[in-house]
Amino acid sequence: MKSIYFDNAATTPVRKEVFTAMKPYFSTYFGNPSSLHAKGLEARDAVEEARKLIAEILNCATDELIFTSGGTESVNLAIKGIAFARKKGHIITQKTEHDAVLETCKWLEKQGFELTYLNVDEFGLVKPEQVEKHIRKDTILVSIMYANNEIGTIQPIKEIAEVCRKHEVLFHTDACQAAGYLDMDVKNLGIDLMTINGSKIYGPKGVGLLFIKKGIEIEPLLHGGGQEYGLRSGTENVPAIVGFAKALELAQKEKVTEVQRLTALQDRLVSGLQRIADSKLNGHPQKRLPNNVNVSIYGVEGEAVLLMLNEKGICASTGSACSTKSLEASHVLLAMGMSHEMAHGSLRFSLGKHTKEKDISRLMKVLPGIVKKLRDMSPIKAEVRNG
Amino acid sequence: MAEKKWFYTDIVKEHFFNPRNILKTDKEAEEFAKHADGVGEVGSPICGDVMKLWIKIKDNKIVDCRWQTFGCASAIASASMMSEMVKENGGMNIEDALNITAQDIVKKLEGLPARKIHCSVLGHKALRAALNDYFCKTGQKDRMVKDEKHTC
Repeated sequence: MKSIYFDNAATTPVRKEVFTAMKPYFSTYFGNPSSLHAKGLEARDAVEEARKLIAEILNCATDELIFTSGGTESVNLAIKGIAFARKKGHIITQKTEHDAVLETCKWLEKQGFELTYLNVDEFGLVKPEQVEKHIRKDTILVSIMYANNEIGTIQPIKEIAEVCRKHEVLFHTDACQAAGYLDMDVKNLGIDLMTINGSKIYGPKGVGLLFIKKGIEIEPLLHGGGQEYGLRSGTENVPAIVGFAKALELAQKEKVTEVQRLTALQDRLVSGLQRIADSKLNGHPQKRLPNNVNVSIYGVEGEAVLLMLNEKGICASTGSACSTKSLEASHVLLAMGMSHEMAHGSLRFSLGKHTKEKDISRLMKVLPGIVKKLRDMSPIKAEVRNG
Repeated sequence: MAEKKWFYTDIVKEHFFNPRNILKTDKEAEEFAKHADGVGEVGSPICGDVMKLWIKIKDNKIVDCRWQTFGCASAIASASMMSEMVKENGGMNIEDALNITAQDIVKKLEGLPARKIHCSVLGHKALRAALNDYFCKTGQKDRMVKDEKHTC
């Protein structure tokens, strides 16, 4: 039996068209884009073609795009880069951001920057008014994610960007989860800095970009050969950049039909999960990514469910402590006001381009039995309904 | 079905999927509890791991040891492993049982990630709690051990 992959928010497989586009750039067109000979120029052309393609999709200029090694680096460059350029000041973010943002911010706090971590409501949403209320004279940056990786909640970034513009504060958004499904037009969104990566959109891992609106002063993190307009030294990862551009092009082209298809599958999965007693759908019922389903099942521990699913050939993920590096329950679910008990029983199913209706059926065939088995062996008895 | 890759050791897997001495349902737990000589519960749902354990004692030996667990794979496997250690060779004597450490259980499981040990290896603590309960019920308060409070 083929395994079923419900972890597309963690990473996606490289799609065929992307892989095909990348292949010549490993051994045939292997040159260093900085070299002045033919081999170098071939590679340079490939990087600049990719940049042009992405610039068209994001509706920006080519020299506003910096290729990096992925989402984490882009986020670090955006937040630290602005902080270092300004030397001091206040930064606003929010509590359900990805660790790449939160840990960068915490580190900057240690360096003397002041941070505000905005609360979210029970659906994981931040309100533009909250951002406005916390903007101070010395606020240098607001960083709010486009869509959340654990619960799929989509933040009102266009409205937040407007607030930031009004107060002349820079706005960065981590759009890694959004790139395949939402509007990526930076002019329409009114964004100053935006992070995207390849590995969530059927592109390769190890590549991402930071959009930086022209005129924004930013300090590089990597010093060296001065590649990427002096903002990201290091020989360009040519095949990955080529693949990333192809992946983004295809994702945006197929966006409308794919969103529609996934939304139907998502609805199906949600209604299946709701039949499990004492379970609760996490995130916003409407303002959510079409591929994300996050559920808390009272009285079971997420990792145990995940590993039993794994044995049945189903790959899912958990916001629960135990499977990841930290023993704390998901910071996202806790920020939304969920109890630790419910947060420990959370599971994330992230659908993707290869997800079929029959995959959802197979999941719903095995999951109730696993939940029952684990609940039966648990000394904690479920009395809390939709806690 | 092709064998799936597994995160922990094979022995953890074996105990996770086939836990020994577990009370599979509430009914089984109720039945066993009626004749148990001691019961202990440790952990917290806040940490994500709770273990409840019942023992039967005969001639200063733990002749039976059953349990229920809410927790991750390593919590379930470590509870299972400990119950097997205790019941080996007709039952461990109480003094030896009181000396079981998390490291002993982890060793038998051929290793667990370091971060898992503190929260999910609860068997030895539950066992001490159950033995304290037994000492308390049988008027042997002098034998009671200082309860290790489980904290996250």
